[in-house]
Amino acid sequence: MNPFEAVVIGSSAGGIKALSMVLAALPREFPLPIIIVQHLHPHSDSYLAHILGSKCELNVKQADEKETINKGVVYLAPPNYHLLIEEDRSFSLSIDKPVTYARPSVDVLFETAIYAYQDKLIAIILTGANNDGSQGVKKIKQIGGYIIVQDPATAEADAMPKAAIAASKVDSILPIEQIGPYLLHLVNRSIRLYRQCH
Amino acid sequence: MDDFETQNIELQLLLKAIYLKYGYDFRNYSKASIKRRVFHRLDKEGLESISAMQHKLLYDVSFFERLLLDLSINVTEMFRDPSFYLALRKFVMPKLKKHSFLKIWHAGCSSGEEVYSMAILLKEEGLYDRTQIYATDMNEVVLKQAKDGIFNISKLKQYTANYQKSGGLESFSDYYMAHYDHVVMDKSLKGNILFSDHNLATDGVFGEMNLILCRNVLIYFNRELQNRVLGLFYDSVSPGGFLCLGSKESIRFSKYSDAFEDVVRIERIYRRLNTDN
Repeated sequence: MNPFEAVVIGSSAGGIKALSMVLAALPREFPLPIIIVQHLHPHSDSYLAHILGSKCELNVKQADEKETINKGVVYLAPPNYHLLIEEDRSFSLSIDKPVTYARPSVDVLFETAIYAYQDKLIAIILTGANNDGSQGVKKIKQIGGYIIVQDPATAEADAMPKAAIAASKVDSILPIEQIGPYLLHLVNRSIRLYRQCH
Repeated sequence: MDDFETQNIELQLLLKAIYLKYGYDFRNYSKASIKRRVFHRLDKEGLESISAMQHKLLYDVSFFERLLLDLSINVTEMFRDPSFYLALRKFVMPKLKKHSFLKIWHAGCSSGEEVYSMAILLKEEGLYDRTQIYATDMNEVVLKQAKDGIFNISKLKQYTANYQKSGGLESFSDYYMAHYDHVVMDKSLKGNILFSDHNLATDGVFGEMNLILCRNVLIYFNRELQNRVLGLFYDSVSPGGFLCLGSKESIRFSKYSDAFEDVVRIERIYRRLNTDN
């Protein structure tokens, strides 16, 4: 089994708190990039990066157009732009129409993450009050990526996790406080297994 | 894995076929966006592969026209990013007032919402009558919409709010007539706008401009094409003239970086330096 190469996360209503909890569980030397779409008001600025950065050890920043993706960095989609991943593992932005009423859209990030990382993806869906992300989850699952969904019972808004669970056979459904530790375990295990086989 | 590589080959061939047959060059666009659009069109048409799509577009012009609409960037709004228009009003308009005649190029204008925004701004600043606006796009369908100046009424509330936040001096409703579910922009805004077909990927300079706006177009291009287009803008803007990009775009990573100074950095308003400086 190849080790994972990127983590993509989608969250909406209630997401800031949920993201803080997930990221707080990860060490500074976390070996993968983490790329996040959190739905925000179109005119909000970069405050989310400051909030999340203050809650965890990782470097959190808004993704820039054409920026090369690095491991151990948390990237956030800028408000009012879709965030896409290119095959050379850099970012593109677009102002295409909102997808499932959202810009940035989780589906757009997840679908294009497949172009760059194929099956070496871990996708996480957290709290949210719409169904953005469910199509992306379905496609990542189809190709063989790993899907974690926040237990709808622990989500501030349960529509988004429920839609993801309905759209595909997800790998893990976990309460929010277990997602960060489990992600770390999953990534470390995959790296160990990979080293044993090579 | 193999499927991915095959798809990439198909996509390359598709873009080449479009270029050879129809002259539109998408080969230096950001790939992820193009790929997503192509796959969505594939699903919608029930085609089984990109190769099948290539065959169809070579023989079916109407299919190509649908695909062209998918591939071109046609999302825009009036006074998009009100803070940008406010900065334009405060920091650029006073400088433009020194000129007796102005040329403004709105590159990649899509359906024209931002062109009309500019026309309104120029009117309110007393500059409209001495200005020629060139509004260009590669897609003739959206250009026709821009020329008509007819927009869906559903977005009007947002446009009005944007206009007010951008420092608008009048009532926004002075600039249009409402007709059922759409609005028609006032004729007096159109007099000095020339709508014309121009492709940033393949066409060249057509005049010397005092101000060029090209917002949220470069994000769709790869670095190579971005450099080409910025070169085109450099050659088209007069020394001391202004260049405005989208809020997530920058000239700072291109080879033209040193030729421009920041006017309002955060709004991506630049000014071409005088060569004799």
